[in-house]
Amino acid sequence: MLKAPIKTGLVFFPAFDWAISATHPEREERLLYTQDQVFEEGILDIDGIVEFKPDLATIQDVRRVHFCAPDEASVITESHYISAGGAKKICSEVMQKRISRGFALVRPPGHHAMRVVHGCRGFCNINIEAIMVEFMREAYGIDRVAIVDTDCHHGDGTQDIYWHDPDTLFISLHQDGRTLYPGTGFQHELGGPTAYGATVNIPLPPRTSEEGFLFALEHAILPILEEFKPDIIVNSAGQDNHYTDPITSMNFSARGYAQLTHLLKPDIAVLEGGYAIEGALPYTNLGIIMALAGLDFSKVKEPDYQPEKIRQSKDTSRYIEKTVAQTMEYWQNRTQLGERVRGGKKLAEREHSIFYDTDNILETQRETLRVCSDCCGVLAIDSKTDSGYHIYAVHIPRKACKACQELGYEWYDTADAADFNRVFLQDRTHNQYLVK
Amino acid sequence: MIIGLDVGGTHTDVVLIGKDCILRQVKVPTDPHNLLESVWAGLEAVTKDVPPQDIRRAVLSTTLTTNAIAEKKLVPTGMIVVSGPGVDPECFRTSEHYYCVAGSIDHRGREIQPVDRMEIEAVASKLRAEGVRQVGVVGKFSIRNPEHEIQIKEIISESFDHVFLGHRISGNLNFPRRIATTYLNAAVYPIHKRFFDAVKESLKKKGLSIPIYILKADGGTMSLDASLDSPGQTILSGPAASVMGSLPFAAESEETLVLDIGGTTTDMAILLRQVPLLDPVGIDLGGFKTLIRALRTHSVPVGGDSVVRVSGERITIGPDRQGPAMAYGGPAPTPTDALFVLGKATNGDVESARRGLQELAAKLGLSLEETATRIFDEACYLILNEAAKMISDINSKPVYTVHELLEGYQVRPKEILVLGGPAPFFAFRLAVLTDFEVHVVPQWSVANAIGAALARNTCEVSVFSDTERGIVIAPEEGFSQPVKRDFDKKSALELAFKLLRQKCLAEGACECEIETEVLEEMQFNMVRGFHTAGRNIRVKVQVKPGLIPEYKDIAQTLFNYCPLPS
Repeated sequence: MLKAPIKTGLVFFPAFDWAISATHPEREERLLYTQDQVFEEGILDIDGIVEFKPDLATIQDVRRVHFCAPDEASVITESHYISAGGAKKICSEVMQKRISRGFALVRPPGHHAMRVVHGCRGFCNINIEAIMVEFMREAYGIDRVAIVDTDCHHGDGTQDIYWHDPDTLFISLHQDGRTLYPGTGFQHELGGPTAYGATVNIPLPPRTSEEGFLFALEHAILPILEEFKPDIIVNSAGQDNHYTDPITSMNFSARGYAQLTHLLKPDIAVLEGGYAIEGALPYTNLGIIMALAGLDFSKVKEPDYQPEKIRQSKDTSRYIEKTVAQTMEYWQNRTQLGERVRGGKKLAEREHSIFYDTDNILETQRETLRVCSDCCGVLAIDSKTDSGYHIYAVHIPRKACKACQELGYEWYDTADAADFNRVFLQDRTHNQYLVK
Repeated sequence: MIIGLDVGGTHTDVVLIGKDCILRQVKVPTDPHNLLESVWAGLEAVTKDVPPQDIRRAVLSTTLTTNAIAEKKLVPTGMIVVSGPGVDPECFRTSEHYYCVAGSIDHRGREIQPVDRMEIEAVASKLRAEGVRQVGVVGKFSIRNPEHEIQIKEIISESFDHVFLGHRISGNLNFPRRIATTYLNAAVYPIHKRFFDAVKESLKKKGLSIPIYILKADGGTMSLDASLDSPGQTILSGPAASVMGSLPFAAESEETLVLDIGGTTTDMAILLRQVPLLDPVGIDLGGFKTLIRALRTHSVPVGGDSVVRVSGERITIGPDRQGPAMAYGGPAPTPTDALFVLGKATNGDVESARRGLQELAAKLGLSLEETATRIFDEACYLILNEAAKMISDINSKPVYTVHELLEGYQVRPKEILVLGGPAPFFAFRLAVLTDFEVHVVPQWSVANAIGAALARNTCEVSVFSDTERGIVIAPEEGFSQPVKRDFDKKSALELAFKLLRQKCLAEGACECEIETEVLEEMQFNMVRGFHTAGRNIRVKVQVKPGLIPEYKDIAQTLFNYCPLPS
């Protein structure tokens, strides 16, 4: 009888009755063959692997992370609450030590959802990892968290949410933004002035194969994690780096994903993208589950797997070595670099525009952060969409100092409701969420 | 008249049922070394002086195959396993005669790698040299495409007595369980075949032509002839017999918890409006996880004869049994002795029971009566806690659609039916301790035999279609046919019902028993690029466990015992 050395929990929620649209990659069929493979391999019978039913995330869970405009009901469907609830269930089981590791194999995904949500972008409405992480902080007193995003697309939503949080290390490994949606995730994106260096982007060139991914893992991600010393490691386990994925250009494999999981040792993995629903997902998910559970995955492979056919070029290897060296240089010098960015400023501003490709919305944002020496600073976001919907949102971070808390309420109180459709306050120090 | 017979560990219970009451009920001792003799003794006792033509049918529930597996008395059985990539198939080794061979089918049922004829022939000659007479052949995803299993059977069938194929065993995905189940079917086949031949021979000798049915673990029946193709389904029919016997007394519009309180264990099951709940995957037995359809039952090591101990201030009950209660000459105090002390039971040696509890009472610093009450309540609470756990397990079963998750059906029984030796005493106390409606099943001592007698046929059929590949198959039925692009869920359901009806009749059901329902119906559009390339359809239909219709309505009165003159 097969026994898993590491007790591993799974939430499997394929949402067989939910789709963005009939032919959309995010459709009913997406996890059908994965379920077939997982069931046929008898994974759920393995001693030490347990399957859980997802919880439903609550509106309070969402309000720890997001400002939904105009409100939650307008941008979130039941399926999103289940998907986030699946991640929440897994982290609860890990936190209560009923399992050592867990994998939320859920859809729809979430890593493109930013702090402000006007709609769906990159198939994501709410950020299921961030909702899970903030729930763990609230319910279980977790502090330092590392999120390693191995989806092929830059995890720009997670990056946005943790841009100003020095306690959350966000590392994204993805296909170079010059060649793929969402077009961000360059190496110089290192976090806001009070959390500089806690965002790490490692863009990889198209056609990177196993060697490239594992090189970046061993020479950048693992040493950085070693130094950051997170309480918990979360893997945003997108599987669209696969050589058969229809919407990306990478050459990663099921065995590569399993090996990456084996080395990364995440406490929690959460499924993100991955749209080669027949040729990749059944095998990558199998490999990831087996690696999490400490089982031998050496016999897992795709039917058409020929490693020599997808091997990256020498130039690609050299390019990746350079990228990794640059990442490590930024990481080692992050304190001095951060000083320079803060440069004695009292307030820091950031302006950017965000495109919601799925819902076709263009949002422009102006962020104002109090550059605080006692905490990571209160944040205000002035956000407007191309259809004219205008909000003002104040975020008081979890460990905000007294002064930042007071400033946050002052910003909220003095914002003139007549100038905006909605004004929000998210006070993480008192678990408050106000709307006017 | 119909006959129900249940072979238990110590007794074989037999009933003869007439139009509106039990005509005869008999208990004969079970001879574990000669089950057929026990069966025969039981049948003879109930049919004495009854004209054979008046007997419409006899249903047997035996422990023959169950014992063979539990006692590891299985004949050497070969396995040929076609795995392809994935979990190492060595992990599922069933015995030394286990061979993994080349070949691979993917999740859609497409051939990735063919089987190698030379390799199969080599394995077959090794198996022959090892003295193996029956073989199981199992492929990963063989229920999506059974071609490899069929090819292997063609190559080897002449060399062996019987070859069992994995795709014929169950329509459910689970390669390791398919291996174990196919192995068990093959391994119990010779034992079951001997029993089959002996029953046929005896019937012939006595000039009887009673149709014989066998009870299955899912509480349904199949004809003796049909049982030869799937002897594995006879495993663990015992618990199902009792549950079926309690069916007529369950509430029609409620959920019911059935407790069968025995000497060593208490077996529990759930009825949903008189329909027993089935196990979602299959039986676990003797270290094997299988795909054998069964009632969902849960066994707790607490019974009337469980040993009672005191550790610190706590009373513990079981899990062991050292013999009968002290009141019946046993060596250690038991919940049954507590009943004697409380004056609930009287047909034994009350003094021995009191002596047994004396030491426990001294340790607890309580009176004898207080101790007895606490022992009895502890046993009740143990059973109730386990029942709560089982119900919570049932309710936390994962589902895979938004609809099911939000509208998910939750089991909340409001009624308990108790059967087994100490049933009336337990029922009384359970009613005091809980909010459940508690009832005792009348004639509980032969409810198992009555359950066997009244059970109707059950069947399940799975249909899978992939219209891009242009196929529809019903693996268990060995059915396969090409389909055009317009084949849809509706056509799949029609086909499934047609096959189900055929299967029921082939297993010996009469038309009136076939009450069908849909278990699963899923249809996915397979989109490739931005176009629909075909449909992926999965359909399951069944006849759920229940009682034969002509006895269903009068089942309650059947429990009146109006003995025939003997």
